[in-house]
Amino acid sequence: MTDTESQVRAGGDEPHVRLDNVRMVFGERVVISDLSCSFPKDKITVILGGSGSGKSTLLRLIAGLIQPESGAISIDGTDITTLSLREMAPVRRKLGMMFQHGALLDSMMVYDNLAFPLREHTAMFESEIAAEVRECLSAVGLSEVDELLPGELSGGMMKRVALARAIIMRPVILLCDEPFSGLDPITTKRIEILLKKINKELGITVIMISHDVASTVRMADHLLVMLPDGHVEGAPTELRNSGDPRVRNLLSEDVDASVIELEAAVEARAVVRTMDLDSTWYVTPSRQ
Amino acid sequence: MVRNPFAAIGAATIRVVDEFGKIGIFAAQTVRHIFTPPVRTRLFVKEIYKLGVLSLTIVVVSGFAVGMVLSMQGYNTLVDFGATGSLGAMVGLSLIRELGPVLTGLLVTGRAGSATTAEIGTMVATEQLDGLRMMSVNPVDLVVVPRAVAMTLVMPLLSALFIVSGIFGGYLIGVEVMGVDGGSYMSSLTESVSFRGDVICSIVKGIIFGMLTGLISTYRGCTAKPTSAGVSAATTSTVVIGSVSILIFDFFITALWGS
Repeated sequence: MTDTESQVRAGGDEPHVRLDNVRMVFGERVVISDLSCSFPKDKITVILGGSGSGKSTLLRLIAGLIQPESGAISIDGTDITTLSLREMAPVRRKLGMMFQHGALLDSMMVYDNLAFPLREHTAMFESEIAAEVRECLSAVGLSEVDELLPGELSGGMMKRVALARAIIMRPVILLCDEPFSGLDPITTKRIEILLKKINKELGITVIMISHDVASTVRMADHLLVMLPDGHVEGAPTELRNSGDPRVRNLLSEDVDASVIELEAAVEARAVVRTMDLDSTWYVTPSRQ
Repeated sequence: MVRNPFAAIGAATIRVVDEFGKIGIFAAQTVRHIFTPPVRTRLFVKEIYKLGVLSLTIVVVSGFAVGMVLSMQGYNTLVDFGATGSLGAMVGLSLIRELGPVLTGLLVTGRAGSATTAEIGTMVATEQLDGLRMMSVNPVDLVVVPRAVAMTLVMPLLSALFIVSGIFGGYLIGVEVMGVDGGSYMSSLTESVSFRGDVICSIVKGIIFGMLTGLISTYRGCTAKPTSAGVSAATTSTVVIGSVSILIFDFFITALWGS
């Protein structure tokens, strides 16, 4: 039994999404190397990690927007890496995605953006679609923006409309790429409440990327921390006391203390770095 | 590091073949989706308006100007041979056989083709195409097909308009300014133009140039790098590749049609 399996089973959580030995490469750059992890059902999982650690790539892999070089990605036991585009369609119905910048169709009004998936995939009457759109918009606290274009919305409104569109088809898994980025604290809190409500009341599994530690700690049932040399997963309380300082720093709400700790670590390595520079600088030909 | 020239040629060849293969697959997907429901009539009409109606002014003005210049230059040449009565034939044949479809193709590539690439490229950069995939909607079906089909249909129509404007511009200069007889201008034109050899060939050229521009502009948009520089580079390459392709295809169509 792997560490991941033991952690998930110890928590009594059934995995909804599962990755086995996933490797992702862009050109010659290895973005994800041999990642195995699980995302428990009906829980909020937050993916944390530094820039370039492969968080967004991981989310896009789960969404089936990109294919891994190797490994398996299972959603409710179905390995999506072996599915054709047509076979993927029913799996996609289970997924909703809130993109970092909304990804709303800019040529359509907010109303049409929300009505679009219903018109495409259901036989609902226009009156039923209208009722569904209004319900979703009021659920995210936006009732009077339906005739606006996405370009006329503020950042927070855009995120909430994107969230409404992501849930309008009643997905069972909601993927959120940095839902709090670029938002003021009040809007952040509002979206946090919305996501928790969606998780609890609709029973939707939420998998999200976030850099907002305070929100992460408040929301997450499960954490996945992406590190340059692997990953760590578990409950937030468990990981805040992790033996790995990188994990503790990522989860620290005291940014100043984290920076001081990091600077101390950098200073400790400074001598080694200087020696490295001294021994190699002349190898590089001068550009002068 | 000095690179082996053979390796460089080989790498470039592989890149070109790879690109042609990708365009081929993209074209096949586009054709398949044309005949696959749903038919997006509203989007198609919207694209006809954007690509066709909004290009009317530039095409009519350009056609008129080219016709006037052709008439002026043609008169100065024909007058030496006492053949000014053939001015209508010269202006008409030049426009119908070559200048109409080719210049319209270049103008529409510059205006509507580049706009199409920029629009789709921006959709790529703002993850709108990924958003469509997440809603199980194929971007080829929703974004590419209406634009490519609209471009194919509007190109021969715009080309016809260019030709008519050009003939009128030529008439204005030749008859009203240079004093050529109006009857001989029109009769030389109608007598020398062959429906099958000239008019049909011109329409076929328009359709093929429309297909080329539609395919290249949508392909470059869909494959644009998701940055402002990437969208800008894709737009430039649409104009360059589209224009060169039109000129090359024009040669082959003319050669094959003539034989």
